[in-house]
Amino acid sequence: MSAAERETLLEVEGLVTRYPVARGVVGAVARRPKETVHAVEGVSFTIAPGEMVALVGESGCGKTTTAQTVVRMVESESGVIRFRGREITRLSARSLRPLRREIQMIYQDPYESLDPRFTVRDTIEEPLLVHRIARGKQEREAKVREALERAGLTPPDLFIDRFPHELSGGQRQRVAIAASLVLDPKLLVADEPVSMLDVSVRAGILSLLDGLRKDGMGILMITHDLSTAAHFADRIAVMYLGRIVEEGPAREVVRNPQHPYTRALITVVPKRDPNEQTTPQILTGETPNPIHVPSGCRFHPRCPIAEDSCSRIDPSLQRPRDAATPDHRAACIVTAPGPSADEVGPGGHGSV
Amino acid sequence: MTTSTTVARGEAGFEGSPEFTSGRRGFIVTTLRDQPQAIIGLMVVVMFILIAIFAPLIATYSIHAKTGPIYQAPSSTHWLGTDDGGVDMFSLLVYGSRVSLEVGFAAALVAMLIGGTVGVVSGFFGGWVDVLLMRITDIFLVIPDLPLIIVVAAIFGRHLINIIIIIGIIYWTSTARLVRAQVKSVRERVYVKRARSIGAGNRRLVVKHVLPQVAPLLIANTVLTIALAVFLETYITFLGLGDPSTVSWGKLIENSFLGNAVLNNAWWAIVPPGVAVTVVILACTMVGQSMEDALNPRLKVGHLAVRRFRLRPLHGQLDNE
Amino acid sequence: MSTQPVLKTNDLHVWFDLSGGRELHAVQGVSFELRAGERMGLVGESGCGKTTTILALMGLLPSSASVAGQVYLDGEDVLAKGEETVSPHRWRDIAMVFQGAMNAFNPVKTIGAQIAEPMELHGTASGRAARAQVRELLELVGISGERADRYPHEFSGGMRQRAAIALALACQPQVLLADEPTTALDVMVQAQILELLVRLTRDLGLSMILVTHDLPVVAQVCDRAAVMYAGEIVEMGNMSTIYHDPRHPYTRMLFAATPDLLGDEAVVSIPGAPPRLDHEIAGCPFTPRCDTAFSPCPTTHPRRLDVGSGHEARCHLNDHLVAERPA
Repeated sequence: MSAAERETLLEVEGLVTRYPVARGVVGAVARRPKETVHAVEGVSFTIAPGEMVALVGESGCGKTTTAQTVVRMVESESGVIRFRGREITRLSARSLRPLRREIQMIYQDPYESLDPRFTVRDTIEEPLLVHRIARGKQEREAKVREALERAGLTPPDLFIDRFPHELSGGQRQRVAIAASLVLDPKLLVADEPVSMLDVSVRAGILSLLDGLRKDGMGILMITHDLSTAAHFADRIAVMYLGRIVEEGPAREVVRNPQHPYTRALITVVPKRDPNEQTTPQILTGETPNPIHVPSGCRFHPRCPIAEDSCSRIDPSLQRPRDAATPDHRAACIVTAPGPSADEVGPGGHGSV
Repeated sequence: MTTSTTVARGEAGFEGSPEFTSGRRGFIVTTLRDQPQAIIGLMVVVMFILIAIFAPLIATYSIHAKTGPIYQAPSSTHWLGTDDGGVDMFSLLVYGSRVSLEVGFAAALVAMLIGGTVGVVSGFFGGWVDVLLMRITDIFLVIPDLPLIIVVAAIFGRHLINIIIIIGIIYWTSTARLVRAQVKSVRERVYVKRARSIGAGNRRLVVKHVLPQVAPLLIANTVLTIALAVFLETYITFLGLGDPSTVSWGKLIENSFLGNAVLNNAWWAIVPPGVAVTVVILACTMVGQSMEDALNPRLKVGHLAVRRFRLRPLHGQLDNE
Repeated sequence: MSTQPVLKTNDLHVWFDLSGGRELHAVQGVSFELRAGERMGLVGESGCGKTTTILALMGLLPSSASVAGQVYLDGEDVLAKGEETVSPHRWRDIAMVFQGAMNAFNPVKTIGAQIAEPMELHGTASGRAARAQVRELLELVGISGERADRYPHEFSGGMRQRAAIALALACQPQVLLADEPTTALDVMVQAQILELLVRLTRDLGLSMILVTHDLPVVAQVCDRAAVMYAGEIVEMGNMSTIYHDPRHPYTRMLFAATPDLLGDEAVVSIPGAPPRLDHEIAGCPFTPRCDTAFSPCPTTHPRRLDVGSGHEARCHLNDHLVAERPA
């Protein structure tokens, strides 16, 4: 294991996850063709300690499935997932158990992610009991309080005996975060952690995550909100129909987008200042069904700068001509033509 | 294409609905407080239980001896008269409560244990286990009650324990279905998924997270099953398939028919046990139904009631507060 | 062009009955005007009363609600006699796209039949004329007219939202109330819907109130905005003015809590939580969370103050501008 590999917390390479679409008895008898949802079609990225990577995209782009596959809640079809240098793609449930301490997931709905019958203490204590950490009630109590403080719920006494229905949405989310922190994880996967919270509360939770990041935690954030990603993430990966179409430092991707999809998104996201609104470049139609993925570049039917070859060539992630930093990549043969004329063909997936 | 974002709850000025959070005791207390018929029902059931427990102290005569004339009408010495064997009806009624309630509660317990277990296992594990268990449940659902009872009585004899088991077997299926549905829904809740992603094993998930959500429903269902069991016991015994060595309300009714109470105009031999059974069933149903109602998420605003807002005259001019 | 407002509310209050004889004062003295072709944003977080306010405008409140104040539609007080005076205007003069309307279509009826329903109910059209109008409406909102005979499940989320807008426009109202019309939609579809709403207000002279918690959406699409907190409008004015010169700390802090795509400033959350509205609050309701609260704030309730042309705020920081907004 080289020093570079030890450095990386999470490494995902060529991840492919598909779901079969149930045909039912009628479908089977009528011999309807078996269809698959191409949820994740070759996704690769890395997360280093102290780095927050945001997977951004609209619904159906595969970002949530990617997150679920990484934490092994869903099985991938192919590809590699490495955590701290060790491959975990096909580990059995038993071998995965100790890993569950190091990779924690934070869910979108703070109103549903806590058992309504558990006090805050019970919820945060549960991971300790499951993994048999901290024998003895006192030691567990101390850890619970420590986790509460780390999650910004101070003084802990005010919250520790409460039930979820006595807490606000933001507080509940902090309890869920505390329950993850109590195991001292190295990687947090946050699935839309603030989208169900009020605006005035979001910044607090995001700052909390930012603080954890500064302490060395790696964070994979799933979000549909480009503005949030731009502000809090180190790197952004924009997903469309199961692929990463653009990735790079957050500021760079947002200010100098190279993929036509990202460009359109940037113009369309409303800005705070009423006088600084960009003319929205509204794409026609809606994102196609992940069951029927367009040939060649999956974005070409809606792309404003598509050329003839775009319907044949499936681009890989390359450094765009106008990129300002070396780690900015886009999958577009127009803005980021690869070094050779023969781009990766139909089976291609973006790879570093 | 939609995202799954929604605005945080609490909009429109309505207060959030109280959730069942403080454990089983909280749920029962809430039910009783909000629905007075539950209190009445509970009091009646408790009264009968006490009668059954303290039967020897309450009964006025022995039920094994002839203590009065045959079919004597109610009098000051025999409050409910006597039956065709000269035995005091009131004492018979009191002692009869023991068997009736015993069988009712025990059979409901059997149904709850079998149905609850099948429902939890089926709902939680899904897959082929679920399919197998549900097909078994279907088989039991299809078996007709009366022929089964007759066959069991013929083969295994008319013992009380057999009656209890048979009634339990007849009623466990509906409990199983109910529990299975609930378990399936709870299993999909985010907090269960989160517990699983922390690494919790199936045992912990079921015991700590699923069962507490299922228990109130199970209790409500069991209370209703008690009512059904009491009735079925009465029915079975009335048909002559009951345990001949015990006295239950059904037995009293059976006896009254066998002893030609109608011809003798001895209403006191027929009516009291029938009334007793009815009252117990009613009371259990009231309690059980109230519990089930309390468990249903109540709609905060009935949309049929929209537009019936009231007007209030403005106090003072503009907002000077 | 008439300068009389199409819609005007005056000191609108809504109370909800709670158990134990208590009341929730959900809307507290809301007054505003809406002109023809104007797009006004009603912004606030959960529980601030914005949805209740627009429900009150349509008279769609339940029996547990009591209402006070006036709502003038084209000069007539529609709340004068409650349901009796409101119902002739409902859908014909003022209509609403409800929160989650895209999911509230009857799955066993065609979209066309459902859009025709209010026409027939309110007697504006029927039979063939209604069907023709339905097709026109669908085209107007960007759906091909032939799809009128399709069922809701055959439409995507964005298209169902367009259909919900068409449904609201069925009787050609003057005022359209949209409650979180794009909250559950992807950002690209959101842009399409917002563009549609802007086009409708321009081409049809429709007036619109857009209720949302999303400040940038309001900044992008609305001419004016009213910020609500704890049942009151705490600031109202021209979009640009509110952004560059907020006169209420909540407005300022709300902007500061919203990440801007291209901005660099740190995003700051607002500590605390909104107050409960089931008891009277002394002084300004924002005091506990305000970073510029001073002596009058905890005890004196701030009045509506005129702080500039068409710009008003309820904050003691503006007290030195003595001119109070007239009734």
